[in-house]
Amino acid sequence: MSEHVDPTAPLKGEVSKKTERQLAREMRNQIITFVFMVFLVALSFLGIASEAIPNGFAIPFSLLIAAVMVVIQLYYFMHLKDKGTYWPNVFIWTGIFIAAPTVASLMLLLGVVKY
Amino acid sequence: MSNQKSQSKSTLWDWLTTVDHKKVGILYLLGGAFFFVIAGIQAMLMRIQLMFPEASFLPYQSFNEMFTMHGTNMIFLAAMPLLFGFMNYIIPLQIGARDVAFPFLNALGFWFFLLGGIFVNLSFFLGDGPPDAGWTSYVPLASDQYAGSGLDFFVLGLQISGLGTLIGGINFLVTVINMRAPGMSMMRMPLFTWTSFVASMLILFAFPALTVGYLLLMLERLFGANFFIPDMGGNVVIWQHLFWIFGHPEVYILILPSFGIFSEVIATFAKKRLFGYTAMVFATLVIGFLGFMVWAHHMFTVGMGPIANAVFAVATMAIAVPTGIKIFNWLFTLWGGRIKINTANLFALAFIPSFVMGGVTGVMLAVSAANYQMHDTYFVVAHFHYVIVGGVVLALFSAAFYWWPRMFGYKLNEPLGKWFFWLFLIGFHLTFFFQHFLGLMGMPRRVASYLEGQGFSDMNFISSIGAFMMAIGFIFFLVNVFVSIRSGNPGADPWDGRTLEWTIPSPTPEYNFAQTPLTRDLDPLWYEKMHGDGRMKASEPLGDIHMPNATILPFLMAVGLFVSAFGFVYHNHWVAAGGIAFTFACMFVRSIKEDHGYHIHKEEILSDKEVE
Repeated sequence: MSEHVDPTAPLKGEVSKKTERQLAREMRNQIITFVFMVFLVALSFLGIASEAIPNGFAIPFSLLIAAVMVVIQLYYFMHLKDKGTYWPNVFIWTGIFIAAPTVASLMLLLGVVKY
Repeated sequence: MSNQKSQSKSTLWDWLTTVDHKKVGILYLLGGAFFFVIAGIQAMLMRIQLMFPEASFLPYQSFNEMFTMHGTNMIFLAAMPLLFGFMNYIIPLQIGARDVAFPFLNALGFWFFLLGGIFVNLSFFLGDGPPDAGWTSYVPLASDQYAGSGLDFFVLGLQISGLGTLIGGINFLVTVINMRAPGMSMMRMPLFTWTSFVASMLILFAFPALTVGYLLLMLERLFGANFFIPDMGGNVVIWQHLFWIFGHPEVYILILPSFGIFSEVIATFAKKRLFGYTAMVFATLVIGFLGFMVWAHHMFTVGMGPIANAVFAVATMAIAVPTGIKIFNWLFTLWGGRIKINTANLFALAFIPSFVMGGVTGVMLAVSAANYQMHDTYFVVAHFHYVIVGGVVLALFSAAFYWWPRMFGYKLNEPLGKWFFWLFLIGFHLTFFFQHFLGLMGMPRRVASYLEGQGFSDMNFISSIGAFMMAIGFIFFLVNVFVSIRSGNPGADPWDGRTLEWTIPSPTPEYNFAQTPLTRDLDPLWYEKMHGDGRMKASEPLGDIHMPNATILPFLMAVGLFVSAFGFVYHNHWVAAGGIAFTFACMFVRSIKEDHGYHIHKEEILSDKEVE
C-alpha cells in the first residue's frame, strides 16, 4: 500500500521561485478582490442613500449587487477558480439554477395574482 | 473465497455489521421486496373493496388507510430501496471500483431506511392506526385537528427514511465522481451508472424540500406551530408547494435509474451498442433538470391562476421531448440487432409501449385547462400507474432477471419467468387501462366505493381481476427465486455482457476486482471482446487490497433514532432526547475510535484467481 501522506504536517524545505510567484499573485488577487468588494458595498449604500436608484428598483438593485459579490467571493475567496474544482462548480451552479427559478416562481408567479 | 481475517462471528452479525456495498445492496433488495409485498397486499385489499359497487369489505376509514399506506410503502419503501439495491450492487462494479466512496454511510443509509420504514408501518399496530391522509399528506387533513397519531408515525418514520436516502444519494455522487477506474471517463460510463448519477443529483436537491415539509408538519402537529394554519398567519398551499417541489423530482428519481436499467438490458440483448449514447446522456441531464421546473402541475386546480398554470403546463410538456429521444434511441438500438428473447428482455420490450402510454396521458394531464376535468379522478391513477408500473416496476423485474446471476450465482428459471412476465403484464394492463375510462367518466380517486347505476361497475370488476393476475404472477416470481437455486452457477458472464460487472468471477469476490481494470472504450468488456482477448487489461499491479472493517455502529445509530421517534409520538421527551443522544454518542465513538480497516494480502488474491 502507498504511504499515507499527512497533509496537515508542517511544510519542510525552501520555497521554490515558482511557488513564490504564485503566492505573490494570489496575494495581489486577494487584495484587489477585497478592495472591489468594499467598492461594491459602498456603491450599493451610496446608490440607495443618494436616491439615485428609483424606489421600486432599490431591492432588486441591492440583490443584484449582492449576487455579483457572492459569485466573486466564491471564486476568489473560496478558491472556486482553482484547479480541481470542476465538480464543486457543477454542483453549486446546478443548485443555483434550480433554487433561483424556484424562489423566483414562488415569489413572483405563484400566490401573487389570482385571476 | 477470500474472507477477511476478522472472522464472521455468525451470519446474522455479518449482515448486521456489513459495510460491503454488495451486502448492503442485497439488504436493500430484501427490505424493498418486503415492503413491496406489504404494499401489494394493501393494493389487493383496495381492489377487492372496489370490485363491486358499495361493497362493505373495507370500511371507509380503512380504505383511506389502505391507499395512504399503499402509496407510501410503494414509493418510499419499495421502489426507491429496490432501485437503491441495484444501484448499490452494480454501480461500483460498472465503474471498476471496489466499493462505494463511503461504506459506513452506505450501511447507515440502509438502516435508516429500514428502521424508518418499519416505524411507519408500526402505525398499523399502535395508536390510532395507520395514516389516512394519502401519501401526499396534504394539510389541513394531515394536521392534528383532523388526523390521528398515524400521521405522527408517518412523518417521523419517513423523516428517518428520507435521511437514509439523502445519505445514499450523496454516497453515489461521490463514488461516481471520484472512483472511476482509469480510462473510464464520464462519457464512457454505462448508462445505468449515468442515470443513477443524475438521479442521485435529484435526490440531493429534492429531499431537503421534503425534509423541511415534514419538519414543519411535525412542529405543527407535535409542538403547536402554526405554519399551515391560516387563522394564525400560516398558509395551507405552501405544504403542497414544498411537497411537490420534492414530489416531482421524486418520480424522476424513480424513473431515471429504470431508464438506465433498460439501456443496459436492451443493448446487451440486441447485441448492439446503445444508439446515440451522447444523446441519451444529454436527455437524462435535461429530464433531471426540467424535473425541478414542473412541480405545480400537481396543483393546477388549487387556484394559482392561469399564468402560473400555463407556465407549468408548457414546462411539463417540454419534458416529453428528451423522454421521446430516449424512446427512439432504444428502438434504434433494437433495430438491426440480434434480439434475444428472455425474461429480462421481455420486460424491456414491454416497457417501451407501456411507458409511452403512461407518458402520453401525462401530456394530456399537462394541459392545465383539461386538468380540471381529470384532477383527482381515476385518469390520474391510471396515468401514474402506467408510468410507475410500466416504467419502474418492469425495470425492477428486468434488472432482477438480468443481474440475478451476478448477485447470487444462479440464473432465474426462464419458463417460470415467462409465466410471471405474461401474467403480470396482462394483469397490469387489465387493471389500469380501464381506469383511464373510469376517470374520464368521472370516478373520483381515493373514495372507498361507488354507486350501482354510475356505469363504473364492469370496469372496476375487470380492474380487480387484473390485480389478482398481477398477484399470481408475482407468486410465480417468488417461487422462481427459490426453485432456481438448484440450477448451478452459470459463470461470470452468462449473457455475453458488454460492461465491467461481467468481468469479475462468480461468486463475486469480496474485493470485486483483483486489479482495477483499464477501460479503453464505451462498453469496455465488449471492446475487449472485439478488439482484444475478451479479458480486461489491468491498470495496476497486483497488490494488497485495503478493505473497511465491519461495524455495528450504523445499525445502532438507526436504532437510536427509531427509539427517539417513539418518544416524539408518545410525547415522552426523555425517550426522544435519549434516542437522539444515543445516536450522537455512536457518532462520537465513530469519530474517536481509530479504525484503519484491514488488508487482503496478495497471496490470498492469487489463490482466489487460481480457484476460479
